[in-house]
Amino acid sequence: MEGHGAWRPTRLRLIVCLATLAALALAACGDDDGAGNPGTGNPDTAGASGSLTVYSGRSEDLIGPLLNRYEEATGVDVRVRYGDTAALAAQLLEEGSRSPADIFLAQDAGALGAVEAAGLLAVLPADVLARVDAAFQSAGGAWVGVSGRARVLVYSTQRLTQEELPASIVDLVEPRWRDRVGWAPTNGSFQAFVTAMREIDGDERTARWLRGMIANGVKEYPKNSPIVQAVADGEIDVGLVNHYYLHRFLAEDRNFPAANRYTDPGAAGALINVAGAGLLRSSPNEPAALRFLTYLLEPEAQRYFAQETNEYPLIAGVAPGPGIPPLATLQPPSLRLTSLADLRGTLNLLREVGALP
Amino acid sequence: MSLLTGLPARAQRFPPRRRGPAFVWLPALAVAGAMAIPLVYLLVRAAQADADAWRDLTRDSTLTLLKNTALLALAVTAGSIALALPTVWLTVRTDLPWRRFWSVVMVLPLVIPSFVGGLAFVAALGPRGSFQRLLEPLGVESLPNIFGFEGAWLALTLFSYPYLLLTLRVGLRGVDPALEEASRALGAGPWRTFFRVVVPQLRVPLAAGALLVALYTISDFGAVSMLRFDTLTRAIFVQHQSSFDRSAAAVLSLLLVALVVVLLTAEALSRSRGRYYTSGAGSPRPPRVIRLGRWRWPATAFLALVAIAALGVPVGVLLDWLVRGLRAGEPFSGIWSAAWHSLSVAAVAGTVAAAAAIPVAIVVVRRRSMLAALVERLSYFGFALPGIVVALSLVFFSLKVVPGLYQSWAVLIFAYLVLFFPQALAGVRAAMVRIKPSVEEAARGLGRSPPWVTATITMPLLLPGLISGFALVFLTTMKELPATLLLAPIEFDTLATKVWLAADEAFFARAAAPALLLIALAAIPMALLIGRDKQIRD
Repeated sequence: MEGHGAWRPTRLRLIVCLATLAALALAACGDDDGAGNPGTGNPDTAGASGSLTVYSGRSEDLIGPLLNRYEEATGVDVRVRYGDTAALAAQLLEEGSRSPADIFLAQDAGALGAVEAAGLLAVLPADVLARVDAAFQSAGGAWVGVSGRARVLVYSTQRLTQEELPASIVDLVEPRWRDRVGWAPTNGSFQAFVTAMREIDGDERTARWLRGMIANGVKEYPKNSPIVQAVADGEIDVGLVNHYYLHRFLAEDRNFPAANRYTDPGAAGALINVAGAGLLRSSPNEPAALRFLTYLLEPEAQRYFAQETNEYPLIAGVAPGPGIPPLATLQPPSLRLTSLADLRGTLNLLREVGALP
Repeated sequence: MSLLTGLPARAQRFPPRRRGPAFVWLPALAVAGAMAIPLVYLLVRAAQADADAWRDLTRDSTLTLLKNTALLALAVTAGSIALALPTVWLTVRTDLPWRRFWSVVMVLPLVIPSFVGGLAFVAALGPRGSFQRLLEPLGVESLPNIFGFEGAWLALTLFSYPYLLLTLRVGLRGVDPALEEASRALGAGPWRTFFRVVVPQLRVPLAAGALLVALYTISDFGAVSMLRFDTLTRAIFVQHQSSFDRSAAAVLSLLLVALVVVLLTAEALSRSRGRYYTSGAGSPRPPRVIRLGRWRWPATAFLALVAIAALGVPVGVLLDWLVRGLRAGEPFSGIWSAAWHSLSVAAVAGTVAAAAAIPVAIVVVRRRSMLAALVERLSYFGFALPGIVVALSLVFFSLKVVPGLYQSWAVLIFAYLVLFFPQALAGVRAAMVRIKPSVEEAARGLGRSPPWVTATITMPLLLPGLISGFALVFLTTMKELPATLLLAPIEFDTLATKVWLAADEAFFARAAAPALLLIALAAIPMALLIGRDKQIRD
């Protein structure tokens, strides 16, 4: 046959090569299976041995150290599936009552609300809920905020002064802000802000503002952090973001040329979102899961959020990180996050005005 | 005159044999069943959608999405052919210097996760990117806008042309050099010979690779979201992300399914039903090496340019991030275990997919029936649908059917199979069409049983295709994200998940080390597989 003799030696070597690789890999499967994978299908014993399964939309960089501390202090084995908040929410909805998860940590209240609406979250005890302002928890008591993030305007300190900034983001539709503003319409916090605006100002005014922004050349970014970067790079001059991204850049570079401006007292532009937690109703480890959830609302964990991730602690007596104005000085709209449930309406509006595909 | 003159006798089809042996059919049907899971899931979910979701389909904006998606898929495919065809010819047939090096390097862009590629593109070529800052002393105030169609097209072309490269390699190696020699002897020039004799011979691998590129483009989320171009996949993600509405997302996904059906039909029509093996003994020698002469330098420059754009830019940006991270004293914890996880799942997935492709390729190439065609066409859907949709369909399926295995190794490998099977099939099929049935028939005639013939005659001849299929699945599994995040055993991190989790929170310096390791580790098996190729010999 053609070329048969010529490539036989190579073929042998390749087969050996591939077989070795596959064998090594299969050996690794064996190991991992043995070391206990979640499919053990025996949640009772898992609970007794003190392990918890957490689905976390917060990345390991943001919460891993805190979970390690908890593991060391309590001896509980906290097993975490990290992922995108929305994807994990969809996964929980798909899993239903068969979910292996005990706790859902989400980056935004909308995801918790969707899982709650499907009846998958247990109602939390009153003493846990009492630790956090009613604005930052579910009306049904099925989830609670563990850290806060304020909507702000991030601006370039090289090209703008505080005084030049508008008092309200509503004014960003003015001609002098043409092509100078950035937003992230796919971002959950941005959409929560739009939902709040619809609640406060109505759909019509919200649509008019969104259209005005687009007509004024607002630039679209995939998420918050590239907006902050773009402001520093001079691509844009101001951006609609959550407050803590700036502090992350400042930690890397003290001369980072951007600052936050808290605007819109009492209006949607001053909304405070939360990252929160819920307890799955299907959890076989409810007491342990509840202990963990309670820990997130204790001063140690709250200080961690304040110092390490620059978010707002949500329990009384813990101060925010350096350079961040205290929660009490902010003037958010008087809205409960749980009333921002019409995500579909907001999505439709954003699609209608052309802000989203 | 038709483009196809100069082909060997390509007329008669195989005698129709409706059914083949069960040991081939049953596995093929099982594979097809697995591939149907995402479609079944979409139908179940879409059935629960309300009237609003269906009405959405008729919006103008939805039509624009469909148009954008189709346009991008076509443009990326055309661009990829323009890059892959000369590259494969130069590295397989000519005396180009460092062919072994180029053969490996040119495939590597495939391993760059598209969200990393997109990020790097923006960091390098964006409005205030490294490139612009480099040119600033020369008075360059701003670069052409990379956002929108052009940027998405460029990025996706550069990261997906290797699909064509790998399928074309197998095809080009199988072309009998005697045909070219005959063409030259009859007075055709080198260009004429290339386009009239060689390219038509490459129809199957060309169509197969082009289909992979087009479907990959359709399913991509990372690059289009970074480069801000609205496609159906992006809209499906937005539905999931913004309204947590799986039914509305499923309805939109069905539109994507319709587009895939169109592309699959187009590919099937473009594929001729000819024979691609030689009727005689064939020439027992390797093809003549074409001397490039002074053309070797422009040729090298072309490859270098593509390699710099597709591999150099992302690696350069990652190195920049790495240096920044090292300066800030960034810890690189857990990177080796993640690397081991990545390598092992990718190797197992590649092996399983290549093995599963054998019965399907035999059925598809040898038994031409409606059912065989259906089996093959079905296998493309997992690859063409957005990763999150496929991942959710497998959450749904595995909890219903094998709850005990949910989030275990077995289900994860199965997910990779559903996602990437067509890549393995493309490679194996390209090799299968080169096997002359009479060889197998001779073995049968000499008294060997069909399974024995498959094992001792067909399989060894399929080996180049198996290797190419393995390589494709291996590389794409290394970078897979949505299914790994949802379906891997808990706390089983891979390099790709590590990169994404860090980059998603803008910890770019922390993302750099695992991303670079991912590229380096993918290069090793590529170097082993392609670098050992005997036909690349000076």
